[in-house]
Amino acid sequence: MSKIIMTVDDSASMRQIIAFTLMNAGYTVVEAVDGQDALNKLTGSPIHMLITDLNMPNVDGIELIKKVRALPEYRYVPIIMLTTESADDKKQAGRAAGASGWIVKPFRGEQLVMVAKKFLN
Amino acid sequence: MSQPNPVNTFLLEAGDLLGQIEEIVLDVDAASPDPEDINRLFRAFHTIKGSGAMFGFDDVAAFTHHVETALDQVREGSLKLSSELLEVVLAAKDQIKTLLDAAQGEAAVVPGSGEKIIEELAALTGHGGATAATSTPAAAKPAAADVLPRQTFRIRFRPDRALMVSGTNPVSLLNELRELGECTVVAKTDAIPPLGEIQADQIYFSWEITLTTGRGQNAIKDVFIFVEDGSELSIEPVAALPIPDEPRKTAPEPTLAEAARFGDLAPAGRASALKKPPTKDATVRVPSEKLDRLVNLVGELVMNQSRLSQVASRFNEADLDVPVEEIERLVSELRDSVLGIRMMPIGTTFNRFKRLVHDLSTELGKEIHLVTEGAETELDKTVLDQLGDPLVHLIRNSLDHGIEAVDVREQRGKPRQGTIRLAAVHTGSNVVVTIQDDGQGLDTAAIRAKAVEKKLATPDANLSEKEVFNLIFLPGFSTAKAITSVSGRGVGMDVVKRQIDALRGTVSIASEVGKGTTISLTLPLTLAIIDGLLVEIGDDQFIVPMSVVTENVELRRSDRARNNGRNVVAVRGDLIPYIHLREMFGQEEGEPEIEKIVIVRHEDQRVGLVDDRVLGSHQTVIQSLSRFYRNIEIVSGATIMGDGRVALILDLAGVVRSAATISKQLQEISV
Repeated sequence: MSKIIMTVDDSASMRQIIAFTLMNAGYTVVEAVDGQDALNKLTGSPIHMLITDLNMPNVDGIELIKKVRALPEYRYVPIIMLTTESADDKKQAGRAAGASGWIVKPFRGEQLVMVAKKFLN
Repeated sequence: MSQPNPVNTFLLEAGDLLGQIEEIVLDVDAASPDPEDINRLFRAFHTIKGSGAMFGFDDVAAFTHHVETALDQVREGSLKLSSELLEVVLAAKDQIKTLLDAAQGEAAVVPGSGEKIIEELAALTGHGGATAATSTPAAAKPAAADVLPRQTFRIRFRPDRALMVSGTNPVSLLNELRELGECTVVAKTDAIPPLGEIQADQIYFSWEITLTTGRGQNAIKDVFIFVEDGSELSIEPVAALPIPDEPRKTAPEPTLAEAARFGDLAPAGRASALKKPPTKDATVRVPSEKLDRLVNLVGELVMNQSRLSQVASRFNEADLDVPVEEIERLVSELRDSVLGIRMMPIGTTFNRFKRLVHDLSTELGKEIHLVTEGAETELDKTVLDQLGDPLVHLIRNSLDHGIEAVDVREQRGKPRQGTIRLAAVHTGSNVVVTIQDDGQGLDTAAIRAKAVEKKLATPDANLSEKEVFNLIFLPGFSTAKAITSVSGRGVGMDVVKRQIDALRGTVSIASEVGKGTTISLTLPLTLAIIDGLLVEIGDDQFIVPMSVVTENVELRRSDRARNNGRNVVAVRGDLIPYIHLREMFGQEEGEPEIEKIVIVRHEDQRVGLVDDRVLGSHQTVIQSLSRFYRNIEIVSGATIMGDGRVALILDLAGVVRSAATISKQLQEISV
């Protein structure tokens, strides 16, 4: 069975490109439109990895990471944050919240797949 | 399903976001902004920047970055929001739209326009202007383009103990290293504590790895990219072991240039694949032609179903009747759902006007505030599309002629700021859109004088206030003293009236001098299928739109004689004029002894339509007539009946107009 990755982004085009790339690499992709949506969809369902944007309405990326880490069944799930800032403070805030890694936008398809492989193989 | 093209999705999305930006900017109160509005504004620019860079709109991303930075400062409180800043944000929004349009070849970017906005922003934020390097998000590190000579590294890695808690599995890191080349891994167990102190989710191991690779030190660093912080990591090259004869095992990765740009991965060039996947759970974007096709199909289905019912009723066969009734029910549900899909909230149209009012009131030097109500009211998309122009015209009129200049308002003891209220509300099968201003109102004397001057009315005509107001709908009427750039460009209220008539709607005016004017547009919910009343004249059938019918009465030949040939009938004490459809359609012969009058309401007046028989209500699928018939004003369309015959749909306004013309001509002849 293919691994399931959830992409959380309020931008439909980003979700689409992420889903498209990961599906081509053989993963199953679940989409969520913001942090709250992601939390709703997480509950109980098997998700092997999360890729989340940081700036989102309702529950933002950092808060989402904190909340996911607080859920026992997702404590060790890899969480990748997408950020346009190459600045360190965002990365640090994400790491402190429990993110496993980050990808700086814009990124290439291979990068995304490489990161997914890194955590899921 | 064809693959959606993410670039198209991005363009649609950017369009939505730009719309949101405009809405927020026009709504937000610069003095005490709602923090959530600022957040939304920031996020909108942020998404445009991030996704723009993703899909190759680098100029958009670079430009947007400046606005985003300024808004971030506002968000964090280090920069105060001001109306000047909002203006720049609005200009920036327009610039982004131009850049996006230009990328699609639909517009040209004015050179320097972007830089000007960036400078204005810089002046407001107090930062260095356009010189500030446009920090386009750091592009991906180029993949190892050149194959480096094979080299051996010694790597010592003692991970952060809590590494696993952040979702990283060290084993996968080691596996990744193995993919880079020949690799030996030695695990160090020196830091493992006594069993009782071990916590299951902590890492106590460390590793010493010897790796020989042709990919260079950076490739190794990349493996540890996410875990460097908090971990102890050292990567040292060991004395090189050149093995020049050995063929290189590792194939070079494709270079950045070779690798297709991310956005191009999707099959591009399929403009028709504008479809969006069901991302927002319940929302699907569908091209409107598809909906139109669907509506047409449902229309044909409705016609055939009524035909089927008619045939079935002849057989009087229960086995047939039950499914036919079921089909009738299903078709009617299907029709309602399909028409429901085409319903769109009027709010999208309203939002356009906020910008219009903002821009025009600045241009006119007036202070005008637009209030919208009932933005969620839904109307058929076709109606909505055609409603924009008349509304623009009406609002321009209110701005220009209705609301007074600031000093005049103050003299009259009114608030400096004028208000235009744009509201939409459902009433039965109609939607009423009202444009209300608190301006000077319509001057009946001026209108009369003007109408007389233009020979649209006689000086001695005895006109009610309503009739005077209606004069402004006559072609060639315009009370503006001078032609301004805002209104009075030769398009008068008559055009508005014609456009609303074309939508089967009506316009009415109420006004009080000094207080303001209210214009109400009554519009049908849909243009595709209407409830009609089927009437018959001789062998021909006609449809009267049910929405205007108030009641049916009988007309005996003796009644007609009693009124001395005047076409009026007494209904419960009121005299109602009627129009003889037989005469109108030239079927003078063979009228029955007792005729029927369908009484309809037209522009606040009751009018009777005389026909032979009233057959009952009919679901009318409107088919437009070919352009050969477009000059016939008394008929607005046709429908195909269950038995295959064609029934014409009466255009009430046209019928009344035509009857008035005929009677006028008759009068002139008799005089």
